[in-house]
Amino acid sequence: MELWRNLPEMDLMRSEKMTFVQLIIPVESAHRAVSYLGELGLLQFRDLNDDKSPFQRTFVNQVKRCAEMSRKLRFLKDQIHKAGLLSSALPTLQPDVDLEALESQLADHEHELIEMNANSEKLQQTYNELLEFKMVLQKAGSFLVSGKSYDETAEGRELDENVYPSDYPESTSLLEQAPQSGPSNSSGLRFISGIIPKSKALLFERMLFRATRGNLLFNQAPADELIMDHLSSEMVEKTIFVVFFSGEQAKTKILKICEAFGANCYPVPEDLTKQTQITQEVMLRLSELETTLDVGLRHRNAALHSIGVHLPIWMNMVKREKAVFDTLNMLNFDVTKKCLVGEGWCPIFAKPKIQEALQRATFDSSSQVGIIFHVMDSVESPPTYFRTNTFTNAYQEIVDAYGVAKYQEANPAVYTVITFPFLFAVMFGDWGHGICLLLGALILIAREGKLSSQKLGSFMEMLFGGRYVLLLMSLFSIYCGLIYNEFFSVPYHIFGKSAYECRDLQCSDARTVGLIKFRDTYPFGVDPSWRGSRSELPFLNSLKMKMSILFGVAQMNLGIMLSYFNSIFFKNSLDIRFQGRTYGILRSSEVDMDSEPGSARQHEEEFNFSEILQNGRVVWVGGGLTPNMFLSNVRKHLDSDGGTSALADDED
Amino acid sequence: MYGFEAMTFNIHGGYLEAIVRGHRSGLLTAADYNNLCQCETLDDIKMHLSATEYGPYLQNEPSPLHTTTIVEKCTLKLVDEYKHMLCQATEPLSTFLEYITYGHMIDNVVLIVTGTLHERDVQELLEKCHPLGMFDSIATLAVAQNMRELYRLVLVDTPLAPYFSECITSEDLDDMNIEIMRNTLYKAYLEDFYRFCQKLGGATAEIMSDLLAFEADRRAVNITINSIGTELTRDDRRKLYSTFGLLYPYGHEELAVCEDIDQVRGVMEKYPPYQPIFSKLSYGESQMLDKAFYEEEVKRLCLSFEQQFHYGVFFAYMRLKEQEIRNLMWISECVAQNQKSRVHDSVVFIF
Repeated sequence: MELWRNLPEMDLMRSEKMTFVQLIIPVESAHRAVSYLGELGLLQFRDLNDDKSPFQRTFVNQVKRCAEMSRKLRFLKDQIHKAGLLSSALPTLQPDVDLEALESQLADHEHELIEMNANSEKLQQTYNELLEFKMVLQKAGSFLVSGKSYDETAEGRELDENVYPSDYPESTSLLEQAPQSGPSNSSGLRFISGIIPKSKALLFERMLFRATRGNLLFNQAPADELIMDHLSSEMVEKTIFVVFFSGEQAKTKILKICEAFGANCYPVPEDLTKQTQITQEVMLRLSELETTLDVGLRHRNAALHSIGVHLPIWMNMVKREKAVFDTLNMLNFDVTKKCLVGEGWCPIFAKPKIQEALQRATFDSSSQVGIIFHVMDSVESPPTYFRTNTFTNAYQEIVDAYGVAKYQEANPAVYTVITFPFLFAVMFGDWGHGICLLLGALILIAREGKLSSQKLGSFMEMLFGGRYVLLLMSLFSIYCGLIYNEFFSVPYHIFGKSAYECRDLQCSDARTVGLIKFRDTYPFGVDPSWRGSRSELPFLNSLKMKMSILFGVAQMNLGIMLSYFNSIFFKNSLDIRFQGRTYGILRSSEVDMDSEPGSARQHEEEFNFSEILQNGRVVWVGGGLTPNMFLSNVRKHLDSDGGTSALADDED
Repeated sequence: MYGFEAMTFNIHGGYLEAIVRGHRSGLLTAADYNNLCQCETLDDIKMHLSATEYGPYLQNEPSPLHTTTIVEKCTLKLVDEYKHMLCQATEPLSTFLEYITYGHMIDNVVLIVTGTLHERDVQELLEKCHPLGMFDSIATLAVAQNMRELYRLVLVDTPLAPYFSECITSEDLDDMNIEIMRNTLYKAYLEDFYRFCQKLGGATAEIMSDLLAFEADRRAVNITINSIGTELTRDDRRKLYSTFGLLYPYGHEELAVCEDIDQVRGVMEKYPPYQPIFSKLSYGESQMLDKAFYEEEVKRLCLSFEQQFHYGVFFAYMRLKEQEIRNLMWISECVAQNQKSRVHDSVVFIF
């Protein structure tokens, strides 16, 4: 077996050889060492502090600080997002910022931002109130005119007993006149005007009705513009209302109810000229406030923009630091010798690289003591590591999704590179669609550099990650499509004329008796004359079914061969004898083509073991036979016969 | 038919039962509570909780934490889960879920009325209300002067309206009357809930009857103990006891005439399920009674999860979550006030 021993290393087929190492790091170079090792990405630490709770670990304070910083970063990001500023796509490379400096910077930014938000909120509230007042003036004026037209006298009396809300900040010159408590007009009717969110208007009206026992008149009109509700920071629709009532008690009740429902009351003078005057004053103040708000907003946006440029880098840094501290927490802190002890797994080929990284760390932190790095023995089984490139990475991920191979077990990903796209193509089978898929895959590959640095949506990310898989899938589907002779489900005469012709010129019995063979067989793929014939479906279906079964069985055999190789590699003689060989015989003898009508008989010679198992005929049930069903069928037959006698004969 | 729920329950209730069981497996365990009890500051508590299901709710809180913030965020999680379940539920499960919150509604109503009586600000009171028991016109409760107005203005629209028939009087609201009102409302609510569960039938009726009966009995004992020495007459006291439960009717007769705690103990020790609770207390002590009742309740609630295909799991989960929030509040308060020795006084482990 010289040949076997002289073969080169099986890179992807079996896991890289791993070794267990121990590191002894002095404290001053610990942080740097771990971050360089992290960048290298070739060492897996074991958690030596498993039994300790999270806040008994050594570096818990630093982890807390990192968590606090990432909270501040999230807050800043949220603010930027709310302000609608787009973050820059590619941050420019900046020199590394020190962690403590970053911490204080973040605290400053957060503080500043909170202050700015508070200020602008106050202004915004005032602005909202003035806006509401303006709308109330506009709409309520119309109610009052219609209601009071018959009561207007020549003097144009101002209505007293307007309601003054206590939280109204300033009053204009006209409103400063104290409310006259002189006799009201003859009906004793007073009114309160205000504005309330539309969703609560119905309930509000009902409540007022009940409270005043029906002695009120309620008029409402929708507001023209949306108003920003500062609690939920979204625009809400509001309704302007005017309530006419009489009596002192009713007034207190109505006021309380207004307060309970969050309706804002604004006084509206009855006189038309006064109304216009107040409206003008309100508009003036509104425009002033608008400019102030604008300035404040621009200032804040500028601050946010300057933060937003650095934000991705900072987030990256904080994440990295937290990961470094989490790793440091896994090491054992030896207080007496002031060093950290760590254990882990690394591939053998990476040892020089790791040593070089550790030396760099010692040098950069200007530490006197070097880092000790030596190999240890271990009882546990090492972790599996496959060195993949961008092409094989996607396949390795697919295989890992089903289960990661044990250490040094044969890696099915090597074969998956071809079989996975090919089996996809067997199902896809259309060279027109295959060309479309090929174009798509080529575009993804051509734009690789640009797309890999962008942030893609979850679906695009999946497609992009599998671009090489898509490429192979498309190539194989073109091949299968040519075999099935389907171009967007239409057959073409690509490889020459069809083998079959009509019996006579009218082709009258093309659909009844059929065509006759005229020329040599169509050179490659399904003859285009099949399309439209009476037996198209039975033929094509049975062709595809048989092909699929053959491929499926072949792949299953491949799997058995792999497990056979595994048992040879691990020198497990029991496995070789009883598992590998018997599976092989079982597999190959179970497929019996005789029972299927009209089948192609070329492969009969391979399956003459079927004579051994007398009752081992598998009945084809129909189209939907999957490999799993096949397996359970086999088992069922075996169990029912107790047919292990054949195995006993053939054991070798 | 009882015994065949497995055939039809999953059509409408399967998804939500799976959801509630998933939530229940996220409740804090004894190991979590041990870790929490060893915390030195509120920040440690926050760090621990961020590794549990409460993580996303607490991670954005700025550093000087208060106990109220922790409790508020945990309650917010409960409210979110409840609202999700309520959205997805069909009848009769949606009515069942709504019934669970009526207790909180009653508490909120009493809170606002009492607060208004003591001249507190309405907005401040609204913030203290439990979020599960909020309804639209709750703020208007501050307007009412007596119970009749309370009913006519606000409560007639709420689901609590039918419970008011017994306690509409024109008396003014004062502390005593408000407590009587609370207990009368709660009694009517429990009986209504009990009748609803009986109507549902099957496993739900059986399990919920047991849980509600325990609740009714617990309230009877609490009413008795709290009204010892007050001017509540025996007849009034008897009127506040529910008309179902283990203690009905003979236990109620005896409880009504009790004048101190030892007599209560004597009455309760005659009932086998409650005997171990009362035997744990030494004579004359009533502080540990609350914790003993909570422990018994938690035990029964956990048992309800052993059976499938009934609505009792929803009720049990809500109660267990509330107990967990109470635990967290107690632990946070002890840690904040540096009294860690008293932590285990009031924490009830669920698992």
